Amino acid sequence: MYRYDSYDQSIVDARVEEFRDQVQRRLAGALTEDQFKPLRLMNGLYLQLHAYMLRVAIPYGTLSARQLRKLGEIAAKYDKGYGHFTTRQNLQYNWIKLADAPEILAELASVEMHAIQTSGNCIRNISSDQYAGVSADEVADPRPWAELLRQWSSFHPEFTYLPRKFKIAVIASDDDRAAMRLHDIGLKLVARDGLIGAEVYAGGGMGRTPMVAPLIRDFVPEEEIVSYLEACLRVYNRYGRRDNKYKARIKILVHELGVEEYKRQVEEEFAQMRDLGLNPPTEELDRIRAFFAAPDYETGLPEEIDRSDPAFALWVDRQVAAHKAPGYAIVNISLKPLTGIPGDASAEQMALVADLAERYSLNEIRVTHAQNLVLPHVRKADLHAIWQQLEEAGLAEANLDLITDIIACPGLDYCALANARSIPLAQKIAQRFADNERQAELGELKLKISGCINACGHHHAGHIGILGVDRKGVENFQLLLGGSGAEDASLGQITGPGFSEDGVVDAIEKVTDIYLAQRAQGERFLDTYRRIGMKPFKEAIYG
Amino acid sequence: MKILTGNDLVTGDVIWWAGDGWSRQVGDSVDVGEQGDDLARTEEAALRVVGAYVIDATLTDEGVRPAHIKDRIRALGPTVRPDLNLKPNDADAGNWVI
Repeated sequence: MYRYDSYDQSIVDARVEEFRDQVQRRLAGALTEDQFKPLRLMNGLYLQLHAYMLRVAIPYGTLSARQLRKLGEIAAKYDKGYGHFTTRQNLQYNWIKLADAPEILAELASVEMHAIQTSGNCIRNISSDQYAGVSADEVADPRPWAELLRQWSSFHPEFTYLPRKFKIAVIASDDDRAAMRLHDIGLKLVARDGLIGAEVYAGGGMGRTPMVAPLIRDFVPEEEIVSYLEACLRVYNRYGRRDNKYKARIKILVHELGVEEYKRQVEEEFAQMRDLGLNPPTEELDRIRAFFAAPDYETGLPEEIDRSDPAFALWVDRQVAAHKAPGYAIVNISLKPLTGIPGDASAEQMALVADLAERYSLNEIRVTHAQNLVLPHVRKADLHAIWQQLEEAGLAEANLDLITDIIACPGLDYCALANARSIPLAQKIAQRFADNERQAELGELKLKISGCINACGHHHAGHIGILGVDRKGVENFQLLLGGSGAEDASLGQITGPGFSEDGVVDAIEKVTDIYLAQRAQGERFLDTYRRIGMKPFKEAIYG
Repeated sequence: MKILTGNDLVTGDVIWWAGDGWSRQVGDSVDVGEQGDDLARTEEAALRVVGAYVIDATLTDEGVRPAHIKDRIRALGPTVRPDLNLKPNDADAGNWVI
């Protein structure tokens, strides 16, 4: 894992002290809320529905055991004993007191974490693949580039006041586990003629105008990725629609200019910049890369797993993924218990997962955009012991990528922007489809719920998506079908008129019945939808 | 009726104007009539509240009920965490917001 050098630590520590002073001045009345609001937002502190909310960045979704333990300690000491993992690999605390915020940031800084640039019109937390470094199919570990971009984008003076927020994802596999093409810029590392470079996608996003990012360059050599992104951002910063918040994201610029014209302008900018010395020295990328070198895996480990306990065998089948090293496995920890809140973890659960990581996973944890956790380096021989401890803590749900593995934003239960509650609906759907055999019969089915058009719950990218709206003061839910955030990215289409909370659960059941009746051999729900289209589903739903 | 709400500047707690100060119970709210905006400015300047705003509400047999579901959830707390809302012993508390 990357470790802060003295420069990293000093700028984070300095920011904590700066914010401490700003909070003191706010509490003393020297700053008005209008003056203070942009300052607190720059430090990830929002005023939400019930209280202040602090959003903490988890760069490219990688945590050490020490960091996760600290996140749990903060939840217990300063919040109400839990935190919420988000779709952007962040953690949110829901009940923060303003006076405590500087000390919380100081505690985060003590484990090389912060909340900088988790709000505002700047480059946000760089997200990545939760299997980075451990999946067999990647061309390289994407995290050194993600870390390089984190350093490049942190306090970047030119990109601190962009037209709108800016989200970047980096992956290095053909399997896209990071919704890469639904980011403002997505990078996919590829190999060409023995060299590493990046495919660059620009202008993706969700929200009120969802777009799948088009490819704007099929190969940028690794040593020029930073200057190429600098060019992408410069064109956006210059021409992005600052006059209209709802048209200010890069996706609108790319769409309005046209992909070819945007590419042309970026290339023109890039041509002027590439010799200006903006790229980091090769030694710096090498320095960063050394932090992510593969650990010394043990050799000669057994591959066999004792599957005599059926519940354990089911969990292994659903939650354990192949690891590149013999004798090792990747463990997915579900944060989607059937009666729980998607993405929430208690302080005790965070402490337990930190302990497990320390004992069984070389001190490492990953956070996924689907609001689950991952232990990336587990000996197969340790799987049973891990499962037993997860089960005792309510963390052994076996539902990865099934219909109950629901992505849900905090919704109207917590969010001031929301129009409808996402979490109670997620719980009703999970209970309706709780039966293990039924979930297995339905197979991979990604269901995603947003409580408003801002789409934090990725509803556009759900095989089944749900959007909560306000219909004359009453919660109403629109149903979408056919979206995907994976390598086969697509946007869901609305089925028709919306439903009540119970009505949308019934509608989902009808949709799944049509799938089961019409699927061809080996088809996932999404495959069947793409083959037969919307019509049979609409007929089943609306009669 | 018109009632005034906001968040406590220091703690962030949801608070309601009760006539002579702020309360954490929506049931203590009083009708602010046309004075809400002036009150909000005064109280914000006094550092007792942040983000204050006036909402519509009705006086029912069960007390003051904000007109919009968002404010009813603010008044109660998250409907999915009854242990954290203002009526932790009332299993049906969540229905009040609907």
